[in-house]
Order: sequence, then structure tokens, then C-alpha cells
Amino acid sequence: MENLIALLVAAPLLGAAVLLCGGRRLDRAGHWLGTLLAAASFVIGAVLFFDMLGRGAEERELHQHLFSWVPVEGFQADIAFQLDQLSMTFVLLITGVGTLIHVYSIGYMEHDERRRRFFGYLNLFLSAMLLLVLADNYLLLYFGWEGVGLASYLLIGFWQHKPSAATAAKKAFLVNRVGDMGLSIAIMLMFTTFGTFTFGPVLAATGETSEGMLTAIGLMLLLAACGKSAQVPLQSWLGDAMEGPTPVSALIHAATMVTAGVYLITRSGAIFNAAPDAQLAVVVVGAVTLLFGAIVGCAKDDIKKALAGSTMSQIGYMILAAGLGPIGYAFAIMHLVTHGFFKAGLFLGAGSVMHGMNDEVDMRKYGGLRKYMPVTFVTFGLGYLAIIGFPGLSGFWSKDKIIEAAFAKGGTEGWILGAVTLLGAGITAYYMTRVMIMTFFGEKRWQPAPDPDKAPSAEPGVEVHPGEMPHPHESPRSMTIPMILLAFGSVFAGGLFSLNSAFVNWLKPVTEFEHGHPPISAGAVTASTVVVLLIGVGIAYAQYGRRPVPVVAPRGSLLTRAARRDLLQDDFNHIVLVRGGEHLTRSLVYMDHTLVDGVVNGTAASVGGLSGRLRRLQNGFARSYAVSMFGGTAVLIAATLLMRGV
Amino acid sequence: MSALAAANAASTGEAVQFWVLGTIAVVGALGTILMKKAVHSALSLAATMIILAVFYLANGAYFLGVVQIIVYTGAIMMLFLFVVMLVGVTAADSLKETIKGQRWLALACGLGFGILLVAGLGRASLDTFEGLGTANAGGNVEGLAALIFTTYVFAFEITGALLITAAVGAMVLTHRERTERALTQRELSERRVREGKHLPPLPAPGVYARHNAVDIAGLLPDGTPSELTVNRTLRARGQIRDVSRQALADLAALEQRAQERLGRGPSEPQASRPQGRKEENAQ
Amino acid sequence: MNPVNYLYLAALLFTIGAAGVLIRRNAIVVFMCVELMLNACNLALVAFSRMHGNLDGQIIAFFTMVVAAAEVVVGLAIIVSLFRSRHSASVDDASLMKL
Repeated sequence: MENLIALLVAAPLLGAAVLLCGGRRLDRAGHWLGTLLAAASFVIGAVLFFDMLGRGAEERELHQHLFSWVPVEGFQADIAFQLDQLSMTFVLLITGVGTLIHVYSIGYMEHDERRRRFFGYLNLFLSAMLLLVLADNYLLLYFGWEGVGLASYLLIGFWQHKPSAATAAKKAFLVNRVGDMGLSIAIMLMFTTFGTFTFGPVLAATGETSEGMLTAIGLMLLLAACGKSAQVPLQSWLGDAMEGPTPVSALIHAATMVTAGVYLITRSGAIFNAAPDAQLAVVVVGAVTLLFGAIVGCAKDDIKKALAGSTMSQIGYMILAAGLGPIGYAFAIMHLVTHGFFKAGLFLGAGSVMHGMNDEVDMRKYGGLRKYMPVTFVTFGLGYLAIIGFPGLSGFWSKDKIIEAAFAKGGTEGWILGAVTLLGAGITAYYMTRVMIMTFFGEKRWQPAPDPDKAPSAEPGVEVHPGEMPHPHESPRSMTIPMILLAFGSVFAGGLFSLNSAFVNWLKPVTEFEHGHPPISAGAVTASTVVVLLIGVGIAYAQYGRRPVPVVAPRGSLLTRAARRDLLQDDFNHIVLVRGGEHLTRSLVYMDHTLVDGVVNGTAASVGGLSGRLRRLQNGFARSYAVSMFGGTAVLIAATLLMRGV
Repeated sequence: MSALAAANAASTGEAVQFWVLGTIAVVGALGTILMKKAVHSALSLAATMIILAVFYLANGAYFLGVVQIIVYTGAIMMLFLFVVMLVGVTAADSLKETIKGQRWLALACGLGFGILLVAGLGRASLDTFEGLGTANAGGNVEGLAALIFTTYVFAFEITGALLITAAVGAMVLTHRERTERALTQRELSERRVREGKHLPPLPAPGVYARHNAVDIAGLLPDGTPSELTVNRTLRARGQIRDVSRQALADLAALEQRAQERLGRGPSEPQASRPQGRKEENAQ
Repeated sequence: MNPVNYLYLAALLFTIGAAGVLIRRNAIVVFMCVELMLNACNLALVAFSRMHGNLDGQIIAFFTMVVAAAEVVVGLAIIVSLFRSRHSASVDDASLMKL
């Protein structure tokens, strides 16, 4: 059975290879091939899953050793896979949601002439992510990690003719590189410390290693996770990544890329457990990002960017939960899975709305769409209820557990974290309600399509006639069916997972688990969550439901304006990193010009001047040379005589 | 002489010979480097070499002494003289130095070098001279032959090869293969016509009655010499004799004589002619 | 008289020859000076041969003569061809290697 593991990665990889190398002949059938191979990967995953269920909890871990990658004395890098409950969860999420997004893209990208290439990239993305979660050592994980970075770069910049998309792709790639640097340093540290980077030996050896080294490794891993999962301070790429086609956003946010950081921290749980300082840093990063993303989400008028802020915030929840240690790992993953369902559903719904509204992304120009797009409205609405944690739906089960675990951290920390997570839940309810109301309720605020000459259509292939009013319509079935399926997931997944603590028990052999004991009872936590949730919804309704929504955004408070600019993250980066870098570079250039060049040029000039004088000796007359030779001989004889004489 | 050489000190006869001939050798060497004309240098060098041959004989190197005279003085110096002739036997070098400081540097180096050599010799312990009595016992030539054909046989063979190579090299260097057919008389005259100069044959050298006058330029009507009349090689060597002034002087003398005969003017009848000859010889 | 005087004479002749090489411009004369230096060496070798009482010095002087003969042949050939192309036997005229 373990021989199937490699096929999980191989199937989409094959698709990517065929689609990207196949040329135009595959244009007509390429998307079917890509979808089929993604589905094949899901089927293999499902087979492995049921096989795994059939075995005892302690025998579920599978290993497949494919071949030795770099067999050197003392440095053994293998292409080997490890499939345990944690990987299995990710495999099912990635392939399942991934396949649905593939199906959705068939409809969404129908008019794009580069659709075959798009599916090739999607397959590459899936295969890289699967490699990431299936690797049995950090080096192979790093390989997948970089593959994900590459695929995300290609997909975010898929409409490369738009300068904004090309820039966003570059930004994502560069910011990710910072995180990748952390991962590679962590791997190097691991190798020097443990002599290997296979999960088993590394994680087993944490007990005998100094805490300082573990903290260093943990912080580097956290940096890596920050890059990939868009956590503060490396969060800035996520908002711009919305420049990619909407299915890409769904894929990045729900199933693949941003979950990698959570996976990394959960997988390396043993390291963090032994390094409390690193763990604290993880929690802090998670808490800050949670609020950061939520506040950004409140201010954005672009539907995709509002959802992006939400993703950031939800990933913040996961990172925070993962930072709580054994009381949080399982909930982090559980939230990750449920989030995968409802966030994918939300993004696909957003894509569907844009599809119907001539690719308009500004929510202030939506309104009243529920009648025109009923399926989208219902599925989006279910996703909305799930994400705000409406009791009974998926998000409720997972988020509530995280809040409980945050309180259970204990002491002042516990209170602070609990308060932050509660506040986050309230803000989530607020901004998601805002999105919901602005999009589907209220009066129509539709605007005629912009002149393509002035503002090029965001997504080419969709025929937009300038000046034409949008005609909202329900999307084709290939787009709605995935949304419906995801809506099912959004509604029921959380409940299923929580039945008899099924999910926790499932993950327990891998991530360890201990029950947290919050200082207040679990019921009180749940109750307060619901109350906060209702307050958030209430405020949003009062602001956007009761009053008409202006088409042009009002100036807003200082915080709003800052949040519209992503809480000045880019300004911060610009001032601190870009300007700082420029100043550093300038001073280095100055140093280079004066000091280094001075020395070098001075040396060169003096050598040149000396040579200029010396070359006069080179007058071409053989007799002059003979004099030098003769004089030299005389000197040699003199030297010999002197030496002999001494 | 070999018996004498065995002694630590040479005989009085050898001493006299050394001081007399040594002085002449040094004078010859100085002459070699100081004479203006290459042919004089060559003759001075030949004198030095002959004296060195005598010294070889005095030192018991009978074979070398003879070889020195045959090879050096006989063959090599003659070769030098041939080349000197080819280049121009009468051309005198200017001894004026053209490279700045070269002469002083050369002298300083030479002096320093000589002093160092002499100093080195003075410090070396060269007191015991064994002499060649035993080595030359079986005859000098036989002794040399025994060494040459045993110990030094390879060096001997290789120097033989070197000589042949040098001979071939000299031929290659000086031999010039014609790469194209020589122009015929007709073609040459046609070319002259095309170029439009010297349509007639070149003018003959000035025939000046007292000389085999190939090196004397013919005079133009105004009395100036025409270089075209002299052979190209002589022109290149700068070996043209200019007698135009002398011719004018002779003319003047002739006129004077004529006037004298006719009983007019002052009398200085014979002076000009010998004077002209002297001038001519000096060149 | 001590035969070591022959060595002093050789040193003197060698120095004179070397100075000549440096001072004279006529390639033929320079060549003659080189020959003078070689001869001085030969004289020294012969004197050393007498000093050590064996014939090896004379053998080497003999080889020197042979090599000198070869050198003169090639050297004069070079001078002749140089003269042919430049109409001059001055070593200073062949100074194309200056910068």
C-alpha cells in the first residue's frame, strides 16, 4: 500500500509536465487531463485513507523510500515519503479542495486562451504541496516548499501582461524568499545539530539537545512559516496576490500555500515543545496577525482583498493554536481543514460574483445580488456562517476550540490570548457580515463597465463592452457544483470532526494531545464567543444594513484609512526596508567609491605611474638591455663574493 | 716548455713573453673596440687572437694553439672580413653615443665588473699550478683525443650536429628564393615608360680621367653631381665620391694657367693640382 | 711569474670585450667583441687546465671554439640579411621592440 504514496505526488506532476511541455495540441483537452489527474490523486489519497482507517492507531504511519538523492558519507538525503495521520489530513484537503478548484477553473477560465498552461501550473502547485506534506525529511520538504513558491509565483503572475500582476508575483516570490531563507538556515542548523534531517530522528532527539539551539531552529522555522503563511511581518504579499485569477486565490488560501506554515510548525511540534521561547514567539506572531488581518479585512472594499485579510486572520488563529503546544496542535489542523472548506467556498463564490459582474471587484458597486445569483448566494452565505463561527457550522467547532485552548494556556498569557481570540472572532463576524451585506443585500449600486482602454479588464477573455451595465447571472454548473460541495464541507465538517473528538483522536499519535483546562468553563467560553459574534454582526448590520452604502468610499477614520492601506505594511516595508536598504547601499557605495576604490585606484595609479617611469627603460635598444644584463651579472658576482667572504 | 709549465712559477722567458705579448693583446683588444672602421677592428682582433694562440702554446695547449690560428684567425676572422667588405669596407662608424648615459653606464659596469673579477681572482687560492707535464706525457693531441672520444663523445657529436645546423641556418637566412619571374629588359623598359621617368638608360657615372670612376657621380651642366649616375649599392653605402668642387677648382686653375701663359694676373701656377689630389685621397 | 697572470689577462680582455659590446653600434664590431670575450674565456680555461694538470679545460675551450664558429656563421648571416633589408648594420636601428 505504501507504494501508492509516490503516485500521489506523481499524478499531478505528470499532469504539469504533459500540459506544460505538450504544446498547443493539448489546448482542447488539457483542462480535462489536469482535472482528471488531480482527481486521480484524490482517489489515491482516499484509498490510502481508508486503508489507514483499517489499521490500528499506532500502525498507521507508512514510509516509502524511493531512492537516495544525495548519498554521501555523513550526508544522506533521500527521496522518501512519510504518510501519517497529519499528512493524510493534508493530502485529503489538498487533493479534495484542489480537485474542486480544478473543476471550477474549467468554467472560470473557459475564455482564457492560456487555459492549458493554467492547469499545468495548478497541477504543479498541487504536486509541490503534496511533496511538501509527504516528505519524510526537511530537505525534501524544502524542495516542495520551493516548488510551492515557484508555482504560486507563476499563478499569481498568470496574467503577466498586467504590470500589477507581474509585480504582485514578484513581491510574493521575494517575500517568500525571506521565509525560505529561514527554513534553509533551520535545516542547516538541524544538520549540524542532529546530523540528519529526517523527521523521525530529528524530532526524537530534541530531548538531548540544548534549548538554545532548539530555540534558534524554532525561530528560523517560524520565520519560514511567516513567509509562506503570510504572518506578520512577512504578510505583505498576500493582499497583492489577489492579482492572480480567483481560483488561484482560492487554492492559495484554502488548500495549499498558506497552510504550509501551519503544517511546518505542527510537524516540528517536538522542537517547539522543547523551546518555550520559540513557542511564545509563535503565539505572539499568531495573535498579532490575527488582529492585523481582521482589521485589514474590515476596511477593504475589494471583495477578494477583504477575504485575503480574513485568511490572514484565520491563519493567525491556526499559528496561535499551533504555538499553544500539545493543547493546540490538533485544533490548529482542524481549523485549517474547516477553513479550507469555507474559505475555498467563499473565494469561489467571490469569483462567481465577479464573473457575473464584469469582473468588478469593488463591493460598493455590488448590492442586491441575492436574487440574481441564488446558488452563489446560498453557498457563500453558508461559508459566511461557517467562518464567523455560527453555532453548529464548521467554523464554530474549530474556532471555539482554539479560543478555549487560548484561555487554557494559563496565567496572564492565557487571559490575553483568550481576549485576543475572542476579539478576533468579533471582528471576523463584523467584516464578514459587511462583505455579505454589501454584496448580496441592499439596493443595486451597479456601475457601467469601465472603458477597457482606461482600465484594462482584470480577467481577459470575458467580453466586456464599455459602458454596458452588468447583467448578473448565475455561473455555469462547472462553477456552482464545486461551490455546493464546499458548502457541504463548510456546514458539516466541523461537526463531524468534533463527534467523539474524532479528529483529535485521529491526530493524537502524531501531534500529541492533552486537554487544556481553561480557567472558566468551556460553556462560558462558547457563550461569550456567541455573544461577541452577535455583537460583531449587529454592528455591521447597523452600519451597512440599515443605511445605504455609498458607492464612493467615505474618507473614514485614521484607522480605516490605514487599514485600507493594509495597515501601512507596505509603507513600513518601504520606509524600513527599501529606504533603509537604499541608505545602506548608498553608504556602501560611498564607502566603495572612497575607501575601496581609493585603495584600488591608488594602487593602480601608483603602479601605473611607476610603470610609466619603468617603461622608459624599455627603449628598444639591445645595447641598453645588454648594459642591464651586464650590470646584473656584476651585482650577482659581487653578491657571490660577499657571501663567500663572510 | 712543458717541463717549465710543471713548475709552480713560469720561467723568466715566459714571463718576458707574457708581459710583451700581453701588452700587445690588450692594445689589440682596445683597438677592436675603439677603431672607427670595422676593418681596423677586425685586424686588431686578429692580432689579439694570434697572441692568444701563442699563449695557448705557452700553457701547454699545443693543439688548441694551432686550432686557434686555423679556425679563429684563419676562418672566422676571414668570415668577418668578408662581411665587412660586403657591408662597406670604407664606411666609418661614428663613435658618438646616441643613447643617453649608455657610455657612462657601460664604463661603470665594465669597470665594476673588471674590478670584481680581479678581486675574485685575487681572493681565490690559485697558488698551486700542477702543470700539464703528466697530462701531456702521451702527447697533447693524443690526450685530447682520448678525452673527446670517450668522456666527451656525446658533446662532440652534438657540437657536430650544431655546426651542420648552423651551416643550414646561415644558408636559410641569407638565401632568397625568387618568388616570381625576373622582369625582362622589355618589361623593365615598358615600366619605365609607364612611370614616365628616366625613359633613356641611366646616365653613366662621371668619367673623371684620373679615376676608375664608378663611384664618382657624373656632373650636371651646372657642375653639381647627379646621384643617378652612380650604382645603387654604392649610393646606399654612401660611398659616392664628390669631385664637383675639385672639378671647379681645376677649371679655375686651368683658367689661371691660361691667363698666366698669356702674361696676365698673379702667378700661383702649381698649387691647385696637388692640393686637389690630397683632398681626394683623404676621402 | 705566476701563471695566474694569464687569468688576470683573461679577465681584462673579457671586460674590454664586454665594454665594446655595450659601446659599439656596428653589429659586426659588436660581434667581434663577443668573440673577444669568448677568447678571453678560452684563455682562462687553458690556464685552469694548466693549473689542475688535466686536459678537460682544453676540451671545453675546444668545444667553445666549435660553438663560437657556429654562432659566427649564424650571426653573420643575420647581419647580412639585416643589412640587405635595412641598408645598415647598426644595432640601434633594429629597435622595433621599444614601446
